[in-house]
Amino acid sequence: MQDSSTDTAAGNTSDSGTRQYDEDRAFLNAPVDADRSAEQSIADHAVKIQTTDLNIYYGDFHAIKGINSRIRSNEITALIGPSGCGKSTYLRALNRMNDEIADTRTEGDVLLDGVDIYQPGTDLVTLRRRVGQVFQQPNPFPMSIYDNVAYGPRLQRRLSRAEADEIVERSLRGAALWDEVKDGLRKSAMDLSGGQQQRLCIARCLAVDSEVLLMDEPCSALDPTATFRIEELMIELKERMAIVIVTHNMYQASRVSDRTGFFLLGELIEFDDTPRIFEHPQDERTDAYVRGRFG
Amino acid sequence: MMKRRAKRISEWIIERLIQVSGVLGIILVLLIFFFLLRNSLPMFQERSLSDLLLGEKWSPTHGDGHFGMLPLLLGSLYVTVGALIIAIPLALAVAIFVAEIAPRWMREFLKPAIELIAAIPSVVFGFLGLLVIGPWIAEHVEAIRVGQFAALGSVMLAFMALPTIVSICEDALHNVPRDIFNSSLALGATRWQTITRALLPAARSGIIAGCLLGLGRAIGETMTVLMVTGNAQVMPQGLEGFLKPIRTMTATIAAEMGETAVGSTHFHALFTIGLFLFIITFAVNTIADVIVRRSEKDIA
Repeated sequence: MQDSSTDTAAGNTSDSGTRQYDEDRAFLNAPVDADRSAEQSIADHAVKIQTTDLNIYYGDFHAIKGINSRIRSNEITALIGPSGCGKSTYLRALNRMNDEIADTRTEGDVLLDGVDIYQPGTDLVTLRRRVGQVFQQPNPFPMSIYDNVAYGPRLQRRLSRAEADEIVERSLRGAALWDEVKDGLRKSAMDLSGGQQQRLCIARCLAVDSEVLLMDEPCSALDPTATFRIEELMIELKERMAIVIVTHNMYQASRVSDRTGFFLLGELIEFDDTPRIFEHPQDERTDAYVRGRFG
Repeated sequence: MMKRRAKRISEWIIERLIQVSGVLGIILVLLIFFFLLRNSLPMFQERSLSDLLLGEKWSPTHGDGHFGMLPLLLGSLYVTVGALIIAIPLALAVAIFVAEIAPRWMREFLKPAIELIAAIPSVVFGFLGLLVIGPWIAEHVEAIRVGQFAALGSVMLAFMALPTIVSICEDALHNVPRDIFNSSLALGATRWQTITRALLPAARSGIIAGCLLGLGRAIGETMTVLMVTGNAQVMPQGLEGFLKPIRTMTATIAAEMGETAVGSTHFHALFTIGLFLFIITFAVNTIADVIVRRSEKDIA
C-alpha cells in the first residue's frame, strides 16, 4: 500500500478541475504530485486513514475530485484552502457524515486501518465512535456537563454509576476541563464559556474512545485565549489519536499541525509536512495561498 | 416643509393607534376579569369558598340550591386529563414525524393540513361525536350503554387540541440547532436515539409549553363537551368515571345561563364557575409562556 502511484492522481485530475477556472489564473494549471512526501515519511507513523480516488458529488456538483491522501496516527493534519474548496466535505467523508446530506454521492475508497468504510454493511455506529467529530460552533447538548460526556457511552449500554463516573472524569481530564468543572458536573453545559463548551465536545469524543478526531474549524467561534487552550489540548491529544483539523487560520495550521493539505476547488493540490507547505511549497497555487495572495 | 410635517403627523397618529390597540388588549382582559369578579362576589357572601369548591352536589334549583362545584371541576378534570393522555403521545409522534422523518414535500403538506384541524368549528366535532361515534360505541361496546360519556369528550378534545400541540412541538423540534442532531450522530447514535435522547430533551421546554397550551384549549372548550359528555352533574368515580356521563364547568355555564334569572344566586354561581375557569386557563397559559421564554434562552 505504500507505493506512491496513487498519490499522483490528484495531480492528474487537476486538468478537468481547472478547466472551469479562468485563463487569467493559468498559473493554477500546473499539475503536481500532491502527497509527495508520502514516500519519504511513510515509515514514521502508521497510516490511520487512506483515501483513494475519493470523489464526492452534491447532485451535479463535483465537490471533491479524486483525492488521494493519508492521515496518520499521532499526527495533527491541517486542511487549509479558501471557502468552498471542499475541505469540510472531505472531512465529513471520513466519518460518513456526508450520508446525512441529501443527494450526496461518494466514490472511491476510504480505508480506516485498511478497511473500506464505504463498503456495504459498514456499521455507522462503530465507525462514528472510532472517528469522532468536533464542529465549528460549540454544541453541547442542553443537559448537564456530566450527561453530555456520558451521552456517547450510554448509547451503547446501561452504565453503572461508578462506570459512568469513571468515564466522565477520565474524559474531562483528557480534555483539560476537569479542574474547571469538577465541582459543578450537574450544572447545565449551556452555562460554560465557548472554549469550555468546545473542550466538552472533545471530552464527549474521548468518552467513546475515538481513534481519530475530526475538527471542523473548531476555534473560529472562540477568542484567542480559548483558541490557545484548544491548540495545546490538540498537541496533548495527538499522543493517543489522529487529529484532522480544518482551519481558515494559517497561523493555526502552522502552529499545531505536523502535516498540511492545501485544497482548491475540490482538489488536494499539495499535501506535505507543514514546514514545507509554508516555507517551500512545491505548487505555485499553494505558494500564492499561504502568502495570502488569494482566498 | 408642509410635506415633511404631514408625514410627521401621520407617523404620530399611526404610533398612537398601535399603542392604543396594545393597551386596549390588556384593558379588555382586565375588564373581563373584573366583570367576572363583580358578578361572582355575591356568591362568596352566600356560600364559603370551601362549600363551593368541595361541595359534592350541584343542584341550583332545588330549594335553597346546592352549589357544590366539585362534580363540575372533576368533570372538567376527567375530560381534560383524558384528552391529554390521548393527545400528547399522538401529537408528539406526529410532530417528530413531521419535523424529522417526513421528506420535505410531505412536511410542507402535512403541517398546514394539521393546523387546518384547528379551523373546524367545535360544534362540528360535537355533532360527529353525538351522532356518529357515540352511538356506534354504545352499540358495540358492552360496558357502555349510553353513547355520551367522559372519555368520548376526551377523544373529541384530543383531536381539537392536536393542532396546537403538534404545531408548537414541531416548531420546538425544528428550532433545535442542526449541529446538536449531527453531533449526536457523530457520537455513534442512531437516528432514533438521536431523536429521543438529544432532540426531545433539547426541545423539552417547547414541548411542555405546547402541551400546556393544548391543556388550556381543552379545558376551555365548551360546545363539544356539552354535546358529547352526557350532561350529568354527578361525581365521577374512579376510572369507571371515564365511561359514564359527566358534566364540565364550561358545559354547565352554557347549558344553564339561558334559563336563570339575572341577579339570582344561581346567576352568580355560574359566574363563579367562569371566574375559576378564567383563573385556571390564565395560570396554564402563563406557565406555558414562561417555559417558552426559558426554552428560547436555553437554545440561544
